Amino acid sequence: MSAAFRLFRHDLKLQLRQGSDLIAPVAFFVLATLLVPLGVGPEPNLLTRLAPGMIWVTALLATLLALDRLFQRDFEDGTLDLLALSPMPLEMTVLTKVAAHWVTTGLPLLMAAPVLGLMLRLDPATYVTMEVSLLLGTPVLSMIGAFGAAVTLGARRGGALLALLVLPLYVPILIFATSAIGAAGEGLSARPHLLLLASFFVAGLVLVPFAAAAALRNALE
Amino acid sequence: MTTARIPLLHRYANPAVFGRLASQVLPWTTGAAILLLALGLYFALFSSPPDYQQGNSVRIMYVHVPAAIMSEVVYGMMAAAAAAGIIWKHALADLFVKAAAPLGAAFTFICLVAGSLWGKPMWGAWWVWDARLTSELILFFLYLGYLALVDAFDDPQRGLKAGAILVLVGVVDLPIIKFSVDWWNTLHQPASLMTMAGPKVDPSMLLPLILMIGGFTAFFITVVMLRLESELLARRIRAWRTAAGDE
Amino acid sequence: MDDLMTFLAMGGYGVYVWPAYGLTALAFVGMLGWTVVTLKARRREEQGLAAAGRIRRGRREAES
Repeated sequence: MSAAFRLFRHDLKLQLRQGSDLIAPVAFFVLATLLVPLGVGPEPNLLTRLAPGMIWVTALLATLLALDRLFQRDFEDGTLDLLALSPMPLEMTVLTKVAAHWVTTGLPLLMAAPVLGLMLRLDPATYVTMEVSLLLGTPVLSMIGAFGAAVTLGARRGGALLALLVLPLYVPILIFATSAIGAAGEGLSARPHLLLLASFFVAGLVLVPFAAAAALRNALE
Repeated sequence: MTTARIPLLHRYANPAVFGRLASQVLPWTTGAAILLLALGLYFALFSSPPDYQQGNSVRIMYVHVPAAIMSEVVYGMMAAAAAAGIIWKHALADLFVKAAAPLGAAFTFICLVAGSLWGKPMWGAWWVWDARLTSELILFFLYLGYLALVDAFDDPQRGLKAGAILVLVGVVDLPIIKFSVDWWNTLHQPASLMTMAGPKVDPSMLLPLILMIGGFTAFFITVVMLRLESELLARRIRAWRTAAGDE
Repeated sequence: MDDLMTFLAMGGYGVYVWPAYGLTALAFVGMLGWTVVTLKARRREEQGLAAAGRIRRGRREAES
């Protein structure tokens, strides 16, 4: 376990080699969301209706930003080869990468989202649900994204390809997260939606490491 | 020496052997495709009544529904082949996935456009965020993603493996996507919308539908066999070239 | 002639029915045509390479 923790610290350092690496996804998240009122107009009711979808759609896009370098540096300098040979299963390596990605992308989004909510006049009754949906949903985005990064490792034109592969797989997360916030806004229970998100989280935790590790082995062969 | 350097994979992975098998099967599937499509078109366009609600626009269904079925069946076959390729390392399996993918994408595209052409007179809009249309659209993007991924590697073998893994992940995610889109659609569905299911299918309409489904299937088998032979040849050409380069 | 026109009109749905069938036909022809053209080109190339390989091999055997 301590080996996994050391690896996690290594991954974190990789993701944060420059301080701007932490700021870029959040800055993108905030900026892209704030472009929408500039595009559709500042009418408060309209913004309240659009806010959950806007926040979630830009969160999806923001998670894409740091993905292509998730395995890239370790792949290029041969660290990944060593990790594949090490006694720690490659599946565990995938999980530490996912954790590092989430801490540097998902967590900052989680903290920026309430501020965006204020600016977009998000329904005050839905803040908690929005945060819970982000808490449950963004790790799944990191997992699916890590799979996408693993399967495109060594491919030409990585970035655009990665978005094409990963965005369709993001669809269920977007739907259940925004419908949770929608339900909370209408005074209904958001529990079923959030429970589904939680089940995706668990299913992803079990399945994604195997798929991503298989893809990594293919890239390393 | 060149032939010996090509790994001895499986009998049918040899283009010559596969070519012989294909030449036995192809005449039958080609004949079946021509016959079924001709008969299907005759019944679809001439010898079936217009629907009492949808009028002659129902005839679009005779290409839309077979294309929709093929779009999903082909993806299922690709997933089965991808699994076989990963488990048994059968050389032909990964190539089948690659050979079938453009055809699946084409069927999905036909399904989407034909559905849109049916939707305009029936729903009054080219595109409706109906659950089936939406999940079909996402399926189309899964096909496109596979096609982009498989060609993005310098080593074709690596592309095939990455693609196979992606197809398997897609097939696990596809039911979840469908489920989520259904859920989303029931949340947002305007009550007046007519569903695709419509009234029960009359036998006079079932006949052209079945003929067309058979025709689409036979056509798929024919073309996918040709594409497989083509992929095997491409692999052999690469092997020749590498061998020539080594000297 | 009138029969043909009523058939083509499809009770007013002709503008939707015919593009659907036309696109399907186009896609089928495209799939088949593309496949056959690449297949033929590859068959030719493979035969050429195989013949060249035989010649090279033959020459080397003659030399040794």
